[in-house]
Amino acid sequence: MSTVAVYIEQREGIVKRPSLEALTAARQLSPHVVAVCISAPGDASLLARYGAAEVVTIEHPLLQQYSSQAVAVALAQYVRSAEVTTILIAGTAQGKELAPRLAVLIEAAYIPDCTELDRDEHGKLQAKHPLFAGKVIATMQPLTERTVVTLRPNMFTARAVESSSEPTITQFSPTLSEEDRKVVVEQVVRNEGKLDVLEADIIVSGGRGMKGPENFVLIEQLANVLGAAVGASRAVVDAGWRPHSEQVGQTGKTVSPNLYLACGISGAVQHLAGMSSSKVIAAINKDKDAPIFKVADYGIVGDVFEVIPKLIERIAALKQTGA
Amino acid sequence: MTILVCISYVPDTAAKIGVTPEGTGLVLDGVKYILNPYDEFAIEEALQQREKHGGKVIALTVGPESAKEILRTALAMGVDSATIIPSTSLDSFGVAYNIAAYARSIGADLILLGRQSIDHDSFQMASTVGAMLGIPSISVVSKLEIEGATVRAERDIEGGKEILTSSLPIVISVQKGINTPRYPKLPDIMKAKSKPIDTVEPQSVQPRVAMVRYATPQLKRRGIILGDSDADIAEFVRLLHEEAKVI
Ligand SMILES: Cc1cc2nc3c(=O)[nH]c(=O)nc-3n(C[C@H](O)[C@H](O)[C@H](O)COP(=O)(O)OP(=O)(O)OC[C@H]3O[C@@H](n4cnc5c(N)ncnc54)[C@H](O)[C@@H]3O)c2cc1C
Ligand SMILES: Nc1ncnc2c1ncn2[C@@H]1O[C@H](COP(=O)(O)O)[C@@H](O)[C@H]1O
Repeated sequence: MSTVAVYIEQREGIVKRPSLEALTAARQLSPHVVAVCISAPGDASLLARYGAAEVVTIEHPLLQQYSSQAVAVALAQYVRSAEVTTILIAGTAQGKELAPRLAVLIEAAYIPDCTELDRDEHGKLQAKHPLFAGKVIATMQPLTERTVVTLRPNMFTARAVESSSEPTITQFSPTLSEEDRKVVVEQVVRNEGKLDVLEADIIVSGGRGMKGPENFVLIEQLANVLGAAVGASRAVVDAGWRPHSEQVGQTGKTVSPNLYLACGISGAVQHLAGMSSSKVIAAINKDKDAPIFKVADYGIVGDVFEVIPKLIERIAALKQTGA
Repeated sequence: MTILVCISYVPDTAAKIGVTPEGTGLVLDGVKYILNPYDEFAIEEALQQREKHGGKVIALTVGPESAKEILRTALAMGVDSATIIPSTSLDSFGVAYNIAAYARSIGADLILLGRQSIDHDSFQMASTVGAMLGIPSISVVSKLEIEGATVRAERDIEGGKEILTSSLPIVISVQKGINTPRYPKLPDIMKAKSKPIDTVEPQSVQPRVAMVRYATPQLKRRGIILGDSDADIAEFVRLLHEEAKVI
């Protein structure tokens, strides 16, 4: 039986949601899913609820400060000892850096940015990966015994299992030296009080149709009533109206929120590259022929300056009645 | 300091790319190829690091003969020499393998890449090359400082940024914003046309991944487009709330 392991990313002891999504995806591949954590998880039963039959904690003094290099070495040692064939890793900033390094160390195939994952009729792993900014979807298969896959966040739904028992927890002690951690994260600076487009369920994005940076208060207010993050097109980032961290698109961030609401954004192919895998796409644009409407589920043809204030009012009323 | 900057030759972002009827291949007829947009930042960073620390910058691409075009751009921007490893059949692992072998052969101290190649968007090259060489790597860097053999880098992560420390030799992939790439001047463009480009034969390696099928994405969008009357706006909110259940 092939064992599927999921690397669990934690931040200050809290498991990141994309790692729970990876656990759910792993359940489709194997009845026996192992959750692998660097240092003990705050809540092991959470991992069991999302499908881990076994939790492995990798502990070593040199792993206290995060180092992608050292974590890759430690994971590689674990994979070899436990005969794991498939390792799923959430495609976060950390995961995208870690996964290819691990793949080299365990002589595995590496499949990046996977949006669908299953097995073919022979039980062989197959994964979909968008190419050319999503213009083509490739189906990839490993040619090696082991495979490392990163999963695009929010493409797989994290689902709890119906009944879970306490997982068995085992500890694994890798052999590491200072040579294995020549790179470390010295410091993490949080953006206080600002929701990141990569972590938001809803994104409200503004484009050149907003006319100027001062008008983004409308976008911010709308984002506020929706509990959403603010996103931006490259045109407004290049103009200096918004920071680069908000840019969505091929040269910005790739997002797949539950709702992406584009305001005054034309929908250029490079913008679509970053948001076309959103669950629901809505758009407000005064040009009925704007390309964004071709990919939208819901749209309003109208002026953002008239429509957004009305939307804010209605949504605020909806939230108040809790209807 | 010996700096290697790796650049890739990719279809223009606006190019139309199709799939053959059987889904076994790509249709790239008439597609224009360009220097991968992120790699301009890598070239610029290489030149700026050379200005600070001295040494030389070598640009490398693994690709078809026609990719020499982007090496000429790198030469016009100011790299000292350019090398092509002619190949169109290697998978990402094979490209990384050849880059790593070349880096080893020239004793590179700093290997600079773009954060992603916009053809396969795989974000893997920095980590893969770093692992193959047994040296550290840092991806998607937006600020890089090197002093002696000490490296300090910043990068954006979800909800904030990280500050990392490391040492040379190292592989770094860069993000937009790290610098402003220079425009090559006309005389430099002209001079670059006649500069020699070295060729290094590719080493073939067993591929690790097979592309078994290609497809164009299926749009499954509702496409309900409304006007801007109060009733339409109310309907828009109702649809998002009751039908799509996203607000
Ligand atoms: C290599 C490369 C990479 C790129 N990467 C990205 C990327 O990552 N992200 C990105 O977004 N772009 C990217 N682009 C740029 C992209 O091609 C577009 O130029 C950009 O997305 C346009 O931004 P926009 O939609 O805000 O502006 P525009 O295209 O100017 O569109 C503005 C829209 O607002 C509408 N509008 C105007 N006034 C109003 C109003 N009062 N009410 C309602 N609607 C109004 C207009 O009808 C129009 O549709 C890239 C381009 C290249 C070449
Ligand atoms: N064929 C290639 N030749 C040289 N450098 C490459 C090649 N492919 C990718 N790279 C480099 O690796 C970076 C990341 O690419 P990728 O990991 O493939 O998304 C690119 O921005 C380039 O700097």
